[in-house]
Amino acid sequence: MTLNVSIRHQFSGFNLDIAFSAGSGVTALFGRSGAGKSTIAQAISGAFAPTEGHIALNEEVLFSSEQRVNRPAHRRGIGYVFQQDLLFPHFSVQGNLEYAQRYGRSQTGTTNLSEILDILGIDHLFHRRPAGLSGGERQRVAIARALLSNPSLLVMDEPLSALDDPRKAEILPYIERLRDHSQVPILYISHSVSEIARLADQVVAIDNGRVIKTGSATDVFADPNIVPQLGLQSAGALLTATIEKHEDDGLSKLQSASGPIYLPRLDAEIGQSVRVRVLAQDVMLSSVQPENISALNVIQGRVSAIKLGRGPGAIVSIESAGNTILARVTRRSVQALNLEIGSSCFAIIKSVSVAPNQIGRG
Amino acid sequence: MLYFGEQELAAILLSLKIAIWATFLSLPFAVWVAFLLVRRRFWGREVLNALVHLPLILPPVVTGYLLLMFFGRAGFAGQILNDYFGITIAFQWTGAVLAAAIMAFPLVVRSVRLSIEQINPDLEHAALTLGARPIAVFFTITLPMALPGFVVGAILGFAKALGEFGATITFVGNIPNQTQTIPSAIYGFLQMPGKDQGALTLVFVSIFISVTALLLSEWLARRVQKRVHGQ
Repeated sequence: MTLNVSIRHQFSGFNLDIAFSAGSGVTALFGRSGAGKSTIAQAISGAFAPTEGHIALNEEVLFSSEQRVNRPAHRRGIGYVFQQDLLFPHFSVQGNLEYAQRYGRSQTGTTNLSEILDILGIDHLFHRRPAGLSGGERQRVAIARALLSNPSLLVMDEPLSALDDPRKAEILPYIERLRDHSQVPILYISHSVSEIARLADQVVAIDNGRVIKTGSATDVFADPNIVPQLGLQSAGALLTATIEKHEDDGLSKLQSASGPIYLPRLDAEIGQSVRVRVLAQDVMLSSVQPENISALNVIQGRVSAIKLGRGPGAIVSIESAGNTILARVTRRSVQALNLEIGSSCFAIIKSVSVAPNQIGRG
Repeated sequence: MLYFGEQELAAILLSLKIAIWATFLSLPFAVWVAFLLVRRRFWGREVLNALVHLPLILPPVVTGYLLLMFFGRAGFAGQILNDYFGITIAFQWTGAVLAAAIMAFPLVVRSVRLSIEQINPDLEHAALTLGARPIAVFFTITLPMALPGFVVGAILGFAKALGEFGATITFVGNIPNQTQTIPSAIYGFLQMPGKDQGALTLVFVSIFISVTALLLSEWLARRVQKRVHGQ
């Protein structure tokens, strides 16, 4: 699957000029509110026609200002999950799902009702009415409904932004399962760094109507230059690891290429691959092997980049056996430790600083 | 005290017949026009909007006179209907249906329009993205969700059609047993000595029908609202 998008549109006081491609898996369109993300989603789904541009899905042209093509929304084969759930209130859950089956494209065997109900955990809601469901349940039904129309691409436009934090935490694992068990490629639009860090395979970062960075999630999150866009508080590289053991004192031992990592007990099976967003501000650096410290995780590596900020801070990027760790320290510490590109360095991460929502299935 | 003579009964039955036909005649057009006004942006939308509301603000007798000019035997449409279809509607009960439908039209459009405006357009877009064609979306999403407004609109239109006087008497006259509705019968009885009892009877019947229609519309609207929006 390939989605090719190139759009130019002028709004009052705002220019959108964007080009990117998305393949299979989850491609995240990331940017702050007002960066133009939803406009792009609407252009892809057919709710909005930009002045200039070209949108193609698997070689099929959906929109082209040059060829004067603008395929109507109902013939694009693009499933859409909105910010609000938008279930049809006059149908039951079953009615909503059947609506998608009835009007969606003919089943090719890739989407199977019971499988989708199972992935999203909504089989027990089948006969209920949308008005009686919780926000998280409604959004899961909306996702199932979009999938049952058998789309070539699923666009999720800030699907969690209308939910409170506990609901987000409840629904994120379902979206992870969807990513891992469904063949449908997903374009996931969000301003939330933590959602993107957990879900995205590829990231397209957008700022002020322009693409500022594209690449794999690991690469984008490991780029010190993207830190201002992610926000100093939430920036942090992704560390890939496998769960090796749940230990008696409430910790889980993970194995990564850079050595063992201890985290508070994870709710996942042994052997499960996870990815952990290590917040740059939670990482401490040392130029010598630290001894007698309380932090459990010490990762050895080499400095690969140093980016000095305008204020007193600096972002140091440490390369360790294929993993990258970002550390946010002061410029004074960079000088005191004599850190330069290539110098050996130890990154220290407290186990308890990693919150459960920073850990996703890999 | 109440007196149901032949003329009174004929007026009541004719009024009911005209009002029911008028309601069914105006409802589909009203739904279509209301949908266009709410959901579509097109050239001449404001003109259409003004045209729809015209019967509400014009003196009814003017509407009746315009109908007579247009649909009368010598009128443009009246001639075509007469020459090609052999149909005459001026001074017939069918003409009264047309007059009542036109007079009720703005009321029906207004209430249908209000209920369509309540529907989140994203719901319709959601249905489109699931693969439903625009016409299917209209019948499966827009129409059922706006049903409470249709019920209220239909009953308001019915009540309005039942009470319509000015345009009707101008266009189709006041012929007993043919075009004499409840309002025109009341008017006629009041012009004649000794017919007070008939007039009073019809006044009570009018009140009864109108109040019943109002209560029925409230009850139905609540029921439908519940069914459409759940809980």
